[in-house]
Amino acid sequence: MKYASSAIAVAVAAFLALMGAALGQDPQFRAHFWIIFATLLIGSALLWRKAYSSRGAPAEDPSAYMDEVIRYGVIATAFWGIVGFLVGVVVATQLAWPDLSWGPYLNFGRLRPLHTSAVIFAFGGNALICTSFYVVQRTCRARLFGGILSWFVFWGYQLFIVMAATGYLLGITQGREYAEPEWYVDLWLTIVWVAYLIVFLGTLVKRKEPHIYVANWFYLSFIVTVAMLHLVNNAAVPVSLLSSKSYGLYSGVQDALVQWWYGHNAVGFFLTAGFLGMMYYFVPKQANRPVYSYRLSIVHFWALIFMYIWAGPHHLHYTALPDWAQTLGMVFSVMLWMPSWGGMINGLMTLSGAWDKLRTDPVLRMFVMSLAFYGMSTFEGPMMSVKSVNALSHYTDWTIGHVHSGALGWVGMVTFGALYHLTPKLWNRKQLYSLRLVNWHFWLATLGIVLYAAVMWVSGIMQGLMWREYDEHGFLVYSFAETVAAMHPYYVLRILGGLLYLVGGLVMAYNLYRTIRGDLREEVPMGAEAPALQPAE
Amino acid sequence: MSNETQAFGFHSKIERNVTLLMVLSLLVVTIGGIVEIGPLFWLQNTIENVKGMRPYTPLELAGRDIYVREGCYLCHSQMIRPFRDEVERYGHYSLAAESQYDHPFQWGSKRTGPDLARVGGRYSNEWHVQHLNNPRSVVPESIMPRYAFLSDNELDPKIVASHVAGNRTVGVPYTDDMIANVEADLKVQALPDAGTLDKPDKDHEAFVARYAMDKDKKVISKVASGDFDGDPARLTEMDALIAYLQVLGTLVDFQAYDPVQNQR
Repeated sequence: MKYASSAIAVAVAAFLALMGAALGQDPQFRAHFWIIFATLLIGSALLWRKAYSSRGAPAEDPSAYMDEVIRYGVIATAFWGIVGFLVGVVVATQLAWPDLSWGPYLNFGRLRPLHTSAVIFAFGGNALICTSFYVVQRTCRARLFGGILSWFVFWGYQLFIVMAATGYLLGITQGREYAEPEWYVDLWLTIVWVAYLIVFLGTLVKRKEPHIYVANWFYLSFIVTVAMLHLVNNAAVPVSLLSSKSYGLYSGVQDALVQWWYGHNAVGFFLTAGFLGMMYYFVPKQANRPVYSYRLSIVHFWALIFMYIWAGPHHLHYTALPDWAQTLGMVFSVMLWMPSWGGMINGLMTLSGAWDKLRTDPVLRMFVMSLAFYGMSTFEGPMMSVKSVNALSHYTDWTIGHVHSGALGWVGMVTFGALYHLTPKLWNRKQLYSLRLVNWHFWLATLGIVLYAAVMWVSGIMQGLMWREYDEHGFLVYSFAETVAAMHPYYVLRILGGLLYLVGGLVMAYNLYRTIRGDLREEVPMGAEAPALQPAE
Repeated sequence: MSNETQAFGFHSKIERNVTLLMVLSLLVVTIGGIVEIGPLFWLQNTIENVKGMRPYTPLELAGRDIYVREGCYLCHSQMIRPFRDEVERYGHYSLAAESQYDHPFQWGSKRTGPDLARVGGRYSNEWHVQHLNNPRSVVPESIMPRYAFLSDNELDPKIVASHVAGNRTVGVPYTDDMIANVEADLKVQALPDAGTLDKPDKDHEAFVARYAMDKDKKVISKVASGDFDGDPARLTEMDALIAYLQVLGTLVDFQAYDPVQNQR
């Protein structure tokens, strides 16, 4: 019954999309709504089929955890991760060999937002939604609140991703980094996000534990803050209700600060607070140790969320933003180092007494590497926010390297760890298909990140130095074009780093697939190959 | 654990109460934004006092929309920092006033290509057409994609008109006169030899008066007209994008600008 009513709702939405496709003011709007219509039509058809096939099936146990939606989330996370890494490799290749940009739809300028959104919002967002659903149920000992609402969150979010991604290719963008989707996509995300908040809050409210576990503080503050950032930054007036174009309420310098207040806290709350929530559940679970310090978690939670929000202006050093705002942003960015490392220390020290497990458990290794990269990026970030360092690093590939050590190292690794932890549990398998393959993934990903970040450091600093190099007569030494030419070998090397990371992701997908199928690889257990020491005779 | 629970007793109230936890964490994250962003809207000296800034002409605005659509800001900044090398390479450092009508701002965050804040007037229209068709034909080291397809796309004056109106809705000071004449102005700016004709061209004069003169017909700004894409028969996206590139950084009268008075 619930499938049938959902199918009808989706069909109605598909009809509305068809109206948009017919009446749209500009060709992009019409094309976009044709795509949305097709997507919804397929969705409705699948729901009908499901309604038909599930007739007479026994109802779900209303007291059990709601895990089916999380299983979908695990698969979606792995899928979008690979899409995001793949598009990353493609855009990296386009920078090395520009004739691989095929306009208009596959030009670098349209694919780059696709890469960043696929990685941050599709891969990261799905990871956050599905792990938060898992964690909140376990730590509250309560089934997800809202019944079918969590399915709405999952599928609604996938629709958001499809709308955003296809919009970019059609050239539908607000031109705001990491907030590219246009007004109607933003509105849809707002609806989905409110539903997400309701599911999460409702589950917290009906918890059977007196205390709210620390992971949930981070998840909750991530959901609430992202809602605030999204609403304020995307405040815009559409040209018409049938137009793909809107203009934001702010302009110039105010717009710049609103955008980077948003942009930096997309990092701070989406990619940090949310993933710290993930860390606070999965690292203690995988290590089978309690969180190192309860007190530290309190102090660093409040300090982190308070300070992060101030850090935005460090993206605008030496610009036309008034100096007082730049300095304020710098000071808070430097202070942010401490609560960030509070989280890293709390995570790493949780392994106290369990360090030996690193030898045999590559999943735990992933978590540790992710915390190491978290610590490194959150040191590098404050350093780059110091104005004199930023004078060199800004506008260069150093920033790109920094972002990737955070995104690939911290966000990626902690997510991989969580997926490896979740898959056997959710599908009732005794263990993963292969720990050896996890180890392969671990090394492929680590080498990929190290190569990528190192190459971008070298090229970024080189680029910054070349731009400002003077000869003895007081003339600039290099034309801009010469600095572009000098980047080429580094851009080629970067592709290799990205490829290693992508291959790691494919290894993971294969491993998870075989685990779900219930297969077990015949292999020497991890840590067993060392020959036993022979006593001296 | 018991010691810690005592020391952080107040916190156990928060972590037992969902509402309290949510409200407090929301309060904590609002402060920074209010303190940093709020004053930018009411501190008078945030935007410098300059002469020459005006809203984009319809053709320039159409070009700007294309600039946004193609994601140019992902590789090109429009924000010159006050450093010796940048000022020598690109020109006077950028002022907040120069992007005051920009919805959204396009300062950018990355220079895969050079800064474009003052690219206006640096190259000829012909160079831009060549460069956009195939960047490597004029800059062999360039890694920019080709944008030859812009010449195939004709502008739709109705859509441009709706975009100009949209800008007025969010506060760009387009006058009623400008709004009423969008479609005419769009065409007149891209006429070949517009404004340089010996015989007076009333439409073009009216266009210049609308955008570059005050009520008393005193010149307060400037507009550049011409057949930007080298194809006088058609009004294309190439026309629009080049018109936009050619106006970048050219409006503020730096002779009349007093940096000391505008210190922030």
